[in-house]
Amino acid sequence: MDSALIPEGVRRCSFKAFCLWLLVIFAVIGWGVLGGFLVLWKGLNVTGLNDYFGFGLYITADLAVIALGAGAFFTGFLTYVIGKKELKDIINLAVVVGFICYTGAQLVLLLEIGQPIRGWFSFWHPNVHSMLTEVIFCITCYTIVLTIEFLPLILENRQLDKVPEFHFFSHNLHEIMVVFAATGTFLSFFHQGSLGGLYGVMFARPFAFREGFFIWPWTFFLFVASAIASGPALTILVTMMVQGITRKKLVRREAISLLAKVTGYLLAFYMLVKILDTWWWATHTAPNMGVSFSEFFQAPYGLWLLFAEIVVCGIIPAIIFLTPKARADDVLLIVACVLDCAGIVINRFVFTVQNLALPVMPFDRLEIYVPTWQEWAPTLALIAYGALIVSLSYRYLPVFPRERELNPID
Amino acid sequence: MSGNKSGKLSYGMVIDVDKCTGCMTCAVACQQENNVPFREDETNKVRSITWLEVFYLDNGKSYPDHRKAYLPRPCLQCDADPYPPCTFVCPVNATQRDEETGLVSHIPVRCIGCRYCISACSYHARYFNWWDPKWPKPMEEMLTPEVSTRMRGVVEKCTFCVHRLQLAKDKAFAEGRRELDDGEYVPACVEACPAKAMVFGNLSDSHSEVAKLAKSPKAFRLLERLGTKPKVIYLSGQEWIHKLADNVI
Repeated sequence: MDSALIPEGVRRCSFKAFCLWLLVIFAVIGWGVLGGFLVLWKGLNVTGLNDYFGFGLYITADLAVIALGAGAFFTGFLTYVIGKKELKDIINLAVVVGFICYTGAQLVLLLEIGQPIRGWFSFWHPNVHSMLTEVIFCITCYTIVLTIEFLPLILENRQLDKVPEFHFFSHNLHEIMVVFAATGTFLSFFHQGSLGGLYGVMFARPFAFREGFFIWPWTFFLFVASAIASGPALTILVTMMVQGITRKKLVRREAISLLAKVTGYLLAFYMLVKILDTWWWATHTAPNMGVSFSEFFQAPYGLWLLFAEIVVCGIIPAIIFLTPKARADDVLLIVACVLDCAGIVINRFVFTVQNLALPVMPFDRLEIYVPTWQEWAPTLALIAYGALIVSLSYRYLPVFPRERELNPID
Repeated sequence: MSGNKSGKLSYGMVIDVDKCTGCMTCAVACQQENNVPFREDETNKVRSITWLEVFYLDNGKSYPDHRKAYLPRPCLQCDADPYPPCTFVCPVNATQRDEETGLVSHIPVRCIGCRYCISACSYHARYFNWWDPKWPKPMEEMLTPEVSTRMRGVVEKCTFCVHRLQLAKDKAFAEGRRELDDGEYVPACVEACPAKAMVFGNLSDSHSEVAKLAKSPKAFRLLERLGTKPKVIYLSGQEWIHKLADNVI
């Protein structure tokens, strides 16, 4: 039925099977839309947020997907700026995943703010000292860059490509992609960092506060390092998932191995600086604010979170990524990617929720945050939205340039 | 060193914890003066809007050594240099410190409700409007006309009754004066306190009562070590209260 839209020389599942798959996706998105609608209609009182937890699941999800979306800028940087040509196999998917993460994060952000129709005030009345202002500006600009990067792929659709103007435009965009890759790298560096700065500058919150360099707290640099150490892992994971679901080899193993190796080095570096930061924070920063390290970890937000983040979801995947035999094994590689991505989610969770749960005034108490379904539904819909865009892109666009070569049709 | 630039005016408050009876008159006066909304069901205390919250403190000992006290906590109007924790983070300049008076304001009609300021404040002095404010009849007709009510989805907090400053300035202007006398502008909580536990004035004026009390050996600030430099200073002669005011390991 839709065969005219499918790229030439590749095989796709039947339209009926595809529609059934979309139905599942739309069911989850519909649930998310309902939750989101209730938040907009009735207000944030339907969430589990309160005056202790100004931030909760929405912000955790936003920070996590933005970090995981770093695969787009970093793969783009390696492909176009550094010149790792083998990554051209995977760059389209990296851009699609980045586009999903950033647009999805902005949709969830719309629900998170109490007055969504005043969102534009951030541009009209910007506070140049606020890290959030930097985040808002950079994310908006980078979403535009990602859209520009996604555009040539959309225009390569079999029918759209027949329009000479589109073909010409798309070809020329490809030629100057290095400019957008470099711009994306610059913007991403700052907003990933600013998201870390968001917490590090809270000098009245001992759990989050960090000293730093010039105007940037150490969390600025830690968030950049963690994003580039986990974003490519999501790109690999999505590639492996698409290959698994379609039962096809879509990307040459060299490309995946190269990205996995680079991820391993970045994760090892991030773990090193994260451990150093944790040590300094525990022995200098926190005691100077009158707080002992052990006070930061109170049930249910215990030390297990730090162990899970650094050892289980940091050191172990780094070892897998850096061991040639281990990363050559598909199962181990998937495990490493899942752990790496989980580690970044834990990191963003502790900075968002654990930070706010802890009492700061000595006569204050620990609070526990439990999100409601109106928070879970849009968050899960964000994942479903990702599945929708990847599914549509895979079916109708030449996302994997080597697909025809690796899967010849007799 | 004062965080606000002019340094001539620096409105602050001294609260004598040893005088406070915990009667909550200050909290009621604040609620009434500033049109602070409330709901029929206030069981969820972490969503109740209480610009001035009275904390119960005890020394954790049993009889006969047991001691208790009450600590009223308005917005502490931090004087940190260069910015208070909350104004520093607001992305839309909806909260700012007036560099002439040192008062930390909040503009509800500019607030986008991101709650970053709530997260940055260690004193829990900022509140989000989780619901549209509603007052039972005839309370709607008893609202303070100088204070605008806030809408759902924005943050609000104690302003040291800044509208009273404006009224005092208007009165002084009508009388041909450019400056206010000590005690001419006081927030509702200070005016209402029957135990005279609260004193308000210009901390930069060394002759003012508030400045003299702030230098008392009994004076302390909440969470002094964080460097927020609150302009609300507490007094107590009890050591256990001083210890409870800051995290010291």
